[in-house]
Amino acid sequence: MARFPYTAEVTPTIFEKSSAGRTGTVVPEGDVDTPGVEELIPAAHLRASPPRLPEIPENEVVRHYTQLSLKNHHVDRALYPLGSCTMKYNPKVNEATARTAGFVGLHPFMPQAGAQGALELMYDLTVWLAEIAGMEAVTLQPAAGAQGEMTGVLLMRSYHESRGDGETRTKVLFPDSAHGTNPATAAMAGFDAVELPSDAAGRVDIEALREALDDGVAGMMLTNPNTLGKFESDIIEICDLVHEAGGLMYMDGANLNALMGVARPGDMGYDIVHFNLHKTMSTPHGGGGPGSGPVAVKSHLAPFLPVPRVVRNDDGSFGLEWDRPESFGKLHGFYGNFGVMVRAWTYMRMLGRQGIRGTAEASVLNNAYLTSLLETHYELPFGRGMHESVFSASEIKKRTGVKTMDIAKRLLDFGFHAPTVYFPLNVPEALMTEPTETETKESLERYAEACIAIANEAESDPERVTTAPHDTPLRRLDEGRAARELDLRWTFESED
Amino acid sequence: MSEIPDGLKYTEEHEYVRETDSENEFLVGVTDYAQGELGDVVFVELPAAGDTFGRMDVFGTIEAVKAVSDLFSPLTGEIVAINEALGEDPALVNSDPYGEGWMVRIRATDPSEIDGLLSAADYAEHVDA
Repeated sequence: MARFPYTAEVTPTIFEKSSAGRTGTVVPEGDVDTPGVEELIPAAHLRASPPRLPEIPENEVVRHYTQLSLKNHHVDRALYPLGSCTMKYNPKVNEATARTAGFVGLHPFMPQAGAQGALELMYDLTVWLAEIAGMEAVTLQPAAGAQGEMTGVLLMRSYHESRGDGETRTKVLFPDSAHGTNPATAAMAGFDAVELPSDAAGRVDIEALREALDDGVAGMMLTNPNTLGKFESDIIEICDLVHEAGGLMYMDGANLNALMGVARPGDMGYDIVHFNLHKTMSTPHGGGGPGSGPVAVKSHLAPFLPVPRVVRNDDGSFGLEWDRPESFGKLHGFYGNFGVMVRAWTYMRMLGRQGIRGTAEASVLNNAYLTSLLETHYELPFGRGMHESVFSASEIKKRTGVKTMDIAKRLLDFGFHAPTVYFPLNVPEALMTEPTETETKESLERYAEACIAIANEAESDPERVTTAPHDTPLRRLDEGRAARELDLRWTFESED
Repeated sequence: MSEIPDGLKYTEEHEYVRETDSENEFLVGVTDYAQGELGDVVFVELPAAGDTFGRMDVFGTIEAVKAVSDLFSPLTGEIVAINEALGEDPALVNSDPYGEGWMVRIRATDPSEIDGLLSAADYAEHVDA
């Protein structure tokens, strides 16, 4: 099989490439008298020596970073099946609109009259996201998914406080397959996080839910489809039960890519949902962020949303509204990560209503095809998921000693990033695989071929797998030591 | 296969309990199987001497490259010492789980609880299941 070539050698750091006096541009001496920096800045704030910036000609700088990018794995290079992360291709038109001069130069203190285009874009986005959610109001402020969750849980608190239940409703429920951020968020907001077991099919155990529900429950956080990729087919009953107990339903929108345009969280009974624009709406993430985690709510929770709210005025202009006395406050500097909103707006506008739905359908179809190629080679403890499937290497490990981590490392030799490994926690030796809708049939087949070759290799030559990777510039890294003795700072020789 | 020494007691959550020379005092750590499943341990969060725990209360956490897991107290009692060496070198849990990788020394308030723990044979069966 053709392998994706990595540049073989280890790239020196940019500091090591520096040579005194080299430069990309020559700036002539100024012929205007200007005060020295000493006259402009108090001595206490001046550094004693100039910073040791690398001195390198422009082409060498470009080559340096191009080489580094070739060693990296990214969606512009090949399929990136990181389950639950929705590593879809990020269309370049998103970057073009985000770099529009008017948006790039816009200052957050610009009077609203001078920022109508930006406000209209934000307003559009709230309307479109509300439509996908099947809910009435949206805040764009949260910086990413975890802050979206925080918003959701703070909304629960504000809601119960407004009804006089704030003191007694102290519990937030979540299933054992949940992302760790769900219980962490509930705990950070001062709630007790209560874990519920999943049933044999990997879904919420309704009986366990009934037992956990009482008037101390503030709400439940539930991803749908859940972290095993399974649609919570009892979702209407789950929402009814939680509502009857006086709680609110929060949907973690991590897996919305499987549902958008097809089924609306609001219709299922959810009260709150967050979006990961950096997953579902194709804005860059995984080192290329920042993220954006808007939150949609039904109208009974709208008064508590963070300020300012983006509104359309009676005269058709757009504005920011601060006078919301029941709001729980402010969540993010200014209005959220605006550049990400421009990219998401562009993506949604390019797709349109049909395209949004088609995206969800193709993400499920792609995963169904990939799963059909792999399911005879890897176990699938909970069966095929919607947009992602969680495979397990348990049997391979028992037979051959090859672990999921070894398979993940071996995939690098084939030019692929690994799936999410060892998560969710209720699947041992998990390989959580999400191909996304942006892969062609051939791309899915190439990935499946690599996975199957590795499964065969585990039987015939296990050592080849347990010692992987072989073809990368560096071999197996000591991840334990990297975590224990993290050191990312370059030390100049003269500092030794 | 992971090592499961006879003479120790075990929990289903993969802690072991070792008797000491002092009456009612026990050393607690995680098993060889547990460290193998976790992979490289990068941090162990332990309680302070004097803290008390009920049986199967969470007494600390263990962080590996793969995941963070809770540590459960096999017995009801008071922590009389912790393994300070793990602060400097958490990898001792990987290299010598039953020796230098011990975690806490606990004074049991109800030593009869030890009878409720798994024997080496029971634990081997539990791990194999």
